[in-house]
Amino acid sequence: MGWSRTPTEGAAALLSSLLLSACAMAPGAVEAPRLGQAVDGVALARQQLNVFPDGRGLPPGRGTVSEGAALFARHCAACHGKDARGGSAEELAGATRPLNTPAADKTIGSYWPYATTLFDFIRRAKPMAAPGTLNANEVYALSAWLLHINGVVSADAVMDACTLPAVRMPNRDRFIRIEAD
Amino acid sequence: MPRPRSDLQTLPEVAGGGLLDRRLFLRRGLALATAAAVVEAQASDELPWLHAPGAPFTPYGQPSPHERLTARRIGANRAVAGNGVSFTPLEELEGIITPNGLHFERHHNGVPQIDPARHRLTLFGRVRQALSFDVKSLLRYPMRSQMLFIECGGNSNAGWHGEPIQRSAGSVHGLLSCAEWTGVPLSILLDEAGVDAGAPWVIAEGADAGAMNMSIPLAKMRKDCLIGLYQNGERLRPENGYPMRLIVPGWEGVLHVKWLQRLEVTDQPVMSRNETSKYTELQPSGQARQFTFTMDCKSLITSPSHGQTLPRPDVYQVSGLAWSGHGRIRRVEVSADGGKSWADAALEAPVLPRCLTRFRIPWRWDGKPAVLKSRATDERGNLQPERAALIAERGRAGYFHYNAIIAWAIEDDGLVTHTY
Repeated sequence: MGWSRTPTEGAAALLSSLLLSACAMAPGAVEAPRLGQAVDGVALARQQLNVFPDGRGLPPGRGTVSEGAALFARHCAACHGKDARGGSAEELAGATRPLNTPAADKTIGSYWPYATTLFDFIRRAKPMAAPGTLNANEVYALSAWLLHINGVVSADAVMDACTLPAVRMPNRDRFIRIEAD
Repeated sequence: MPRPRSDLQTLPEVAGGGLLDRRLFLRRGLALATAAAVVEAQASDELPWLHAPGAPFTPYGQPSPHERLTARRIGANRAVAGNGVSFTPLEELEGIITPNGLHFERHHNGVPQIDPARHRLTLFGRVRQALSFDVKSLLRYPMRSQMLFIECGGNSNAGWHGEPIQRSAGSVHGLLSCAEWTGVPLSILLDEAGVDAGAPWVIAEGADAGAMNMSIPLAKMRKDCLIGLYQNGERLRPENGYPMRLIVPGWEGVLHVKWLQRLEVTDQPVMSRNETSKYTELQPSGQARQFTFTMDCKSLITSPSHGQTLPRPDVYQVSGLAWSGHGRIRRVEVSADGGKSWADAALEAPVLPRCLTRFRIPWRWDGKPAVLKSRATDERGNLQPERAALIAERGRAGYFHYNAIIAWAIEDDGLVTHTY
């Protein structure tokens, strides 16, 4: 076998490059065939699932605490318990033992540093039997209810792409980054 | 019962409790106790395989049915069968390579059965040009092979318990395996896409049910990460990420994202569930350590170990594994008196960075209760800590990254149990 530096259909798209400056090949870079196919950014944005603490990645939609309560009972309570205090799956709410005591309760309200993690994780991974099947409104609603039963937002809270990243989690500043800036 | 040979009884100790010079096995070819018994020769006509044709060829070999108990031990969620772990039976294996069928597993929601013709790796985000690679294309790239351990960040977590857990070495410490991984250096693909200098993170995502995602510093990706395509010479097993997984040398297992389908280059970590609520270590202060990527210096005696029995006082070969995510193992010491005195074990070649290293040392057991320990030092000078020291520093609620010294107690009847 041998590799060629044949430009692929991706090469044309290089010209329309966006942001970037420091893209030069690193010294000693390996000769490689450049077989990556250029991807349409709009199509990519539709399928990408990452939701960041600043809200980037959140889709349109909204959900309320009461909608979330019904969805939790239907999709989640069998494993996490009726009040999300745990069952065959972990406890999500109802912490009584603080983090600086033995056998501390690490719930969403007591431990999770970012509310956006709820949307990121629920959308991609829940429910376990059918991940990725909840729509954006449902994921916002479940996030709202889980934040509410953890005492983080009020019963009339509505979660959407603006309100969810604005939620300040109680344990936000209690993480020490060991090997990252 | 045969008596120990007299020369074994007179060999000088190099440390308390009967540890002998690590070079003795090489120099004198000492017989081990387990091989010492003399039995009567068996008549060949009692062995049927000598007198009838053997089995025909097989397209893919399997272990002997007599070894069927050498198997992964599975610990899964009772409500979701594909959520859990399986442990490598470390005490049943020798050398440093884990057979592919025994490599440990951690799955969050089962093993996806991926058709490689429909799988793509997409590299996007803060890049000059988002790119998509199919499996066939990646197989045409320059590759690199490297022997590396992978250890789950939650390996050995029973060590945080107040009482020593009484289970086999592999059932406690076997979220650890070692293989030769072959794949495409990620730096090549990053260069092809052209990475924004202001984007120091990459979010890796799998194609399992739940699309597990983890944030990894771009600098590590560039330095030595691979798109792993082969494991011990063959294409990855489904349970190890087929058709491709991330290989992140020396860092915790959860970052080696299996069934890799997307890499997003970004300016910040995504703060996924598995890098916030899990794989962070709660400290006594109530604060938590986060992004503790490197698996620290550690060792484990696999023979003798929990559940095994020494048949009689004799000379035994103590054998085990040492590893460090920081680099090569420089030294392994063994104690037979619970840590009062230590002797250097022999390190068996090859001694490779971020790879398991096999150590061995001869030990004369006098039939009295003894406590065996091992402690490793890596090339950066990191020394595996005593359990009390680790707990004094980290408390007992951290769950992840337990790397304290592991101790086995030998009772006077030869039974080996776990102790602190």
